[in-house]
Amino acid sequence: MSALSASSRSALVGPEPTSSDLARTRARTNRRLLVNGLRVGVAVLLLGVWEIGTTKDATHPDGLWIDPFFYGRPSSIASQLWTWAQNGTAQGPLWLQVATTLEEAALGFLIGVGLGVIFGVALGRVRLLADVFAPYIKALNAMPRIVLGSIFILTIGYNIWSKVALAVVLVFFVVFFNAFQGVREVDRVLIANARILGAKERQLSTDVIFPSALSWILASLHTSFGFALVGAVVGEYLGAYQGIGLMISTAQGTFNPSGVFAAMFILAVVALSAEVALTWLENRLIKWRPNTITDVRI
Amino acid sequence: MASAIELRHVTKRFLTPSGTTYTALRDLDLAVQEGEFCAVVGPTGCGKSTTLALISGLEPPSGGEVRVRDEIVRGVGRDVGYVFQVDAVFPWKSVLDNVATGPRFRGVTRRDADERARDWIKRVGLAGFERYYPHQLSGGMRKRAALAQTLINEPRILLMDEPFSALDVQTRTLMENELLQLWSATRASVVFVTHDLEEAIALADRVVVITAGPGTVKGVYRVDLPRPRNVAEIRFQPEFSRIYQEIWNDLRDEVLVSYERSKRIVS
Repeated sequence: MSALSASSRSALVGPEPTSSDLARTRARTNRRLLVNGLRVGVAVLLLGVWEIGTTKDATHPDGLWIDPFFYGRPSSIASQLWTWAQNGTAQGPLWLQVATTLEEAALGFLIGVGLGVIFGVALGRVRLLADVFAPYIKALNAMPRIVLGSIFILTIGYNIWSKVALAVVLVFFVVFFNAFQGVREVDRVLIANARILGAKERQLSTDVIFPSALSWILASLHTSFGFALVGAVVGEYLGAYQGIGLMISTAQGTFNPSGVFAAMFILAVVALSAEVALTWLENRLIKWRPNTITDVRI
Repeated sequence: MASAIELRHVTKRFLTPSGTTYTALRDLDLAVQEGEFCAVVGPTGCGKSTTLALISGLEPPSGGEVRVRDEIVRGVGRDVGYVFQVDAVFPWKSVLDNVATGPRFRGVTRRDADERARDWIKRVGLAGFERYYPHQLSGGMRKRAALAQTLINEPRILLMDEPFSALDVQTRTLMENELLQLWSATRASVVFVTHDLEEAIALADRVVVITAGPGTVKGVYRVDLPRPRNVAEIRFQPEFSRIYQEIWNDLRDEVLVSYERSKRIVS
């Protein structure tokens, strides 16, 4: 028996690296260099074609192939970003715009996730609640919730809370449905086992149902932070004092496509950073799961 | 001697999704003595697992009476342990936390629960694996963890639902011997469900044969092989083959009935 344990343990830890292992490591490093090189190549190609296509001279007053008046150009987008960073935007310093949008998105995200998890777990656990509320939730979910933005601007005003409200509404449903499904999918055997081991109803929720639903909930967080940003930006677009959405709206109003693209670039950076942070959080929270899912991720 | 478990005229019906009722058990009588190891064998789908669900209190009977230690079963009792056929350890808990789950649910402090868990992990031969998660263990090791998780509550009634059916033959024999060792220290009353007649005879004091569904008791056989037993070697004793033949004569008809039925459903 102890022999069995010892042999299984060495299988888990793995033997010393051999020369073929080293060759494999080298091949992996080479591949990573190749992939990164090609990535940079794609960016250079796209931006180069865009830049050259919008070049104006005496024979091409509207650009070589693309009119920069409508489509902007990479160099003017870069100089727009530089101007914003140096001199601030029309409605104040650039960092304040980014911070405002982030604050709205983060607040909307946290509140929406909290409500979504609470309602999802509650309706998932209590059959009666689920049966009563199902038609209402389906109806609300079917509605294009962006239109609520106008209502929130009217009732709450131009401050950040109208944007937070819109983000909450968008985030809530994504998280709610995942939490609900996660609770419904809990392995019946695990619940039976917990009950035999002595779990009371509350312990069933905290020790079995919530952890089991957690992988579903965490999967929804990636999508829902995107939705929180959409809510914040669209809310600002509809009416605000600060924020990236307002920058886009101002750039659109002054026929400044480079400004729109520059704001989009900032949004992309914000969204990607949030994605990295969420992936880190997910790996921390469900380290018990085999890494099959991260393998297929792009 | 007092019966640890007693089922009297027990019937269990389920409502199928199509609205008809399905009778899993009909008029089943079964008694298990205090400290007895009782194996229940029968063809697939004869209601063996249902019997365990009734004794554990996870399911109420549709008719008849289920008593555990002279009390009618109403809900899950404190004295019962249940080892499931499939993996039932919690995948998000480490081995230590999994084994400590029972005492924690029952209000033991974390320090005491962890201390007891470490002791049980040692007893089932998993020392050194306290920090591992179930997906990092082999099937046999997960089964050991499940066994420790159940036994740490020191159940007087131990229910086992084909616990070793997913293991390879060698691991299985090892686990069967270890189970007998652990059991001889606790002397709990065991109901061990299996479809493997050899396993049933090797482990049990008594073998109960259940008919093809709706399940009811077809025959009860005493196994008077001496203890302590070595599961790997007991199969070669002449007495073992004699009991095997006797029970198999009974079981064969039921297996054929259930096989004919499954063919009919397929065709």
